[in-house]
Amino acid sequence: MNTFSSAPQSGLSVKNLSVKFATGGVTHTAVHSLSFSLTSGEIVALVGESGSGKTVTARALLGLLGSNAQTSADQLSLNGQSLLANTEQQWRKIRGAEIGFILQDALVALDPLRSVGAEINEALTAHKWGTKNTRNEHVLQLLTQAGIPLAKERIHLRADQLSGGLRQRALIANALAMNPPFLIADEPTTALDPSVQVQILELLKQLRTAGHGILIISHDLGFVSRLADRVIVMHHGHMVEEGRTADLLCAPQHSYTRRLLDAEPGRRPPRPAVPINPTTLPLLEAHNLSFSVKQKNGTRKYIVQDISLSLFPGRTLAVIGESGSGKTSTARMIMGFQKPETGFIDFLGEPWSRSEKTGITEASRRSRRPRLAAIYQDPLSSFDPRWTVQTILDDALSVIHVPKTERLSRSLALLDLVRLPSTLLGKNPLHLSGGQRQRIAIARALAVEPSVILCDEPVSALDVSVQAQILDLLGTLQKRLHLSYLFISHDLNVVRNIADDLIVMQAGRIIERGSAQDILLHPRHPFTQQLVAAAQFIGDATGEHFS
Amino acid sequence: MSATNSLPLSLKPSPRLWLPGSQHIGLTLAFLYLTILILAAIAPHFLTHGNPYGIAPREAFTAPCWQHPLGTDQSGRDMWTRLIFGARSSLVIGIGSILLALCVALSLAIPGAFGGPFAEQCVKWVFEILFSFPTVVLALLLTALFSSGTFPLIVAVGIGAAPGYGRMLFGQFLTIRHAGFIEAARSLGHSPAQILTRHLIPNAFRPLLIAGAMGIGQTIIWASSLSFLGLGAPPPAAEWGTMLAMGRDYIAEAWWITFFPGVAIVLTMLATTTLGRFLKNRFETTTS
Repeated sequence: MNTFSSAPQSGLSVKNLSVKFATGGVTHTAVHSLSFSLTSGEIVALVGESGSGKTVTARALLGLLGSNAQTSADQLSLNGQSLLANTEQQWRKIRGAEIGFILQDALVALDPLRSVGAEINEALTAHKWGTKNTRNEHVLQLLTQAGIPLAKERIHLRADQLSGGLRQRALIANALAMNPPFLIADEPTTALDPSVQVQILELLKQLRTAGHGILIISHDLGFVSRLADRVIVMHHGHMVEEGRTADLLCAPQHSYTRRLLDAEPGRRPPRPAVPINPTTLPLLEAHNLSFSVKQKNGTRKYIVQDISLSLFPGRTLAVIGESGSGKTSTARMIMGFQKPETGFIDFLGEPWSRSEKTGITEASRRSRRPRLAAIYQDPLSSFDPRWTVQTILDDALSVIHVPKTERLSRSLALLDLVRLPSTLLGKNPLHLSGGQRQRIAIARALAVEPSVILCDEPVSALDVSVQAQILDLLGTLQKRLHLSYLFISHDLNVVRNIADDLIVMQAGRIIERGSAQDILLHPRHPFTQQLVAAAQFIGDATGEHFS
Repeated sequence: MSATNSLPLSLKPSPRLWLPGSQHIGLTLAFLYLTILILAAIAPHFLTHGNPYGIAPREAFTAPCWQHPLGTDQSGRDMWTRLIFGARSSLVIGIGSILLALCVALSLAIPGAFGGPFAEQCVKWVFEILFSFPTVVLALLLTALFSSGTFPLIVAVGIGAAPGYGRMLFGQFLTIRHAGFIEAARSLGHSPAQILTRHLIPNAFRPLLIAGAMGIGQTIIWASSLSFLGLGAPPPAAEWGTMLAMGRDYIAEAWWITFFPGVAIVLTMLATTTLGRFLKNRFETTTS
């Protein structure tokens, strides 16, 4: 830690940086005396959960904090030059030219009305780079450098016309426009699919080799450990630990770092394989489900093709796939919100959904719906905004005809079951944390006494440590109430210690299926192998540094 | 926050409704004015002892004075008394037609948004037709069918105002149709009727209240305009628009006959709009 006590002349140096926000007379300190440095050719990761002050730090380094922020530091310098007293005009010369900024969501960060080429061109124009002709050439070169194939054609496309990975590359090209020696990347891969994440990772490594100093901001310790030379762990605005990546991963000093590492889903052991009892019947069975949409040119595009699955009592079947793999459409068909084009679904041994016109209507499903509950990625939007926790649970209990007099005690029992205090009963979910909201959603799902719970990316929007808690809770509840989960996720690590059986989807088809342990240890399909490889980073990173 | 919070329907818990503080002078005045107006509509005798139809030819065209603070009209009837008595019919027309408009709007928007693609298209057409139909022509038609009076006026203004609210509600229902909590309610096993009464109507109620409060002033103006054209209550009815029309002939000699009903209409419009904006600000402030 003290190897950086002498601030390097060439580099970004921060000493005792504090950022306070004053809102309505209340001062809130977002960053407490943070010190670190970044030199050329290294990647430093700033890791923390939401509210840890990592994004505020990044914005402070770019002079992008609003007027209600009070920044103070003993030193904030770039190549020996202090940035503390910079005016907005001076900042503008530094941003882009000296320090590039890569934002999380390329769709938001790039202008929706202009082509990516025009966007980068503007950055060059703003810094008075070259002439009109050389600029266009340079833009093309930047896009190619960032790994965009066929850049000549894509230069004219808007951000929304590019795929997520290409969009992120365009954003990186944009940040590289003036060839800034330093880059700050705020959650550069969070919104991307695992296989695309790996590609962006490689690109950032190449930039390091090219001599750029990169500060990566991430909530995901596992991800940055594959990449960063040093890691800084932040918690509630304080730096709790700093060190070389391998040291920090192998021998974390601070209890918070240990907690973060333990929460890493990739570190958790896979669930022991229990073979399906051949005599039990599946609760939920889907056969040859297909669903397609008509495209502009008249042909039909299959979103889901020939999907069959069976969910057995007390087991978890995980459906893994990247965005666009058809897992959400499959979930909607299973929920009965979307009629399959071919195939059928049976639930509890009775017909649930049919592709052909039969007597299976929504009305005939309604009485059985409580047996199939669901929790969603964004629990807040699944609650009526006017309702408190009590109304939400009350409403769910009314579905299974719990008499009014018993509902309060049942609601309290449900809150206890999901380990929430009874004081939350009168609260609106809007005022609860993400983890608490998901617990409320689980309580509501349990209220109707289901046999099957469909979990649609239930932890994707949560911090790692909260993820671990919710996954633990789901595991405990499963044992206690003998529930079956159909667990949909894009992240193999998340399902690692909850899934018994696994289905991997790609482009609407099932490419691999089997017991979770089998697939995690011996993936057969190349795509699954890629997914498993992308998911095993923490082990790799530590191994790499040890060898 | 996530994109869900940008729904046009206010996806927020009910904020508490406080009484206006001293800094909200406009709002206080609006509340005061509306209180007097409602009092006048419910118990006009509390504010005046006169008879709105009592003719006193000898006192005709009396300018505002101590005895007749707002003067008298061409038949010597006290303007203040007539204005007070006119408040009832103005409010009845304003509120009645807004309620009718909202009912029509709701009964078109709900089946339009939840009745499938065919119903959606039909409702869009109905809105187009209603939009292209001038309110004045509709009022003429109704007065031709029935006699002129308060009821046809309410119907004409109500139908005329309906498509505007209808489109607003329709758009909001279309957005809310795929909201997570509607799907969650369906997956719990609630019937469409339960979803309608538990989620859709209550969530649409607040924007409706705001739109209604802001719209009353507008409908009173419309109703007065129609009365002014002779399509409302016939003279000597104590109705603001009719009074305005009657004073038109004497505007050079007796300005007060036209002026005070006009002021009453404008103030009502201002007060209801202020109230509506207040409700809007209370209910639709962003929580971020």
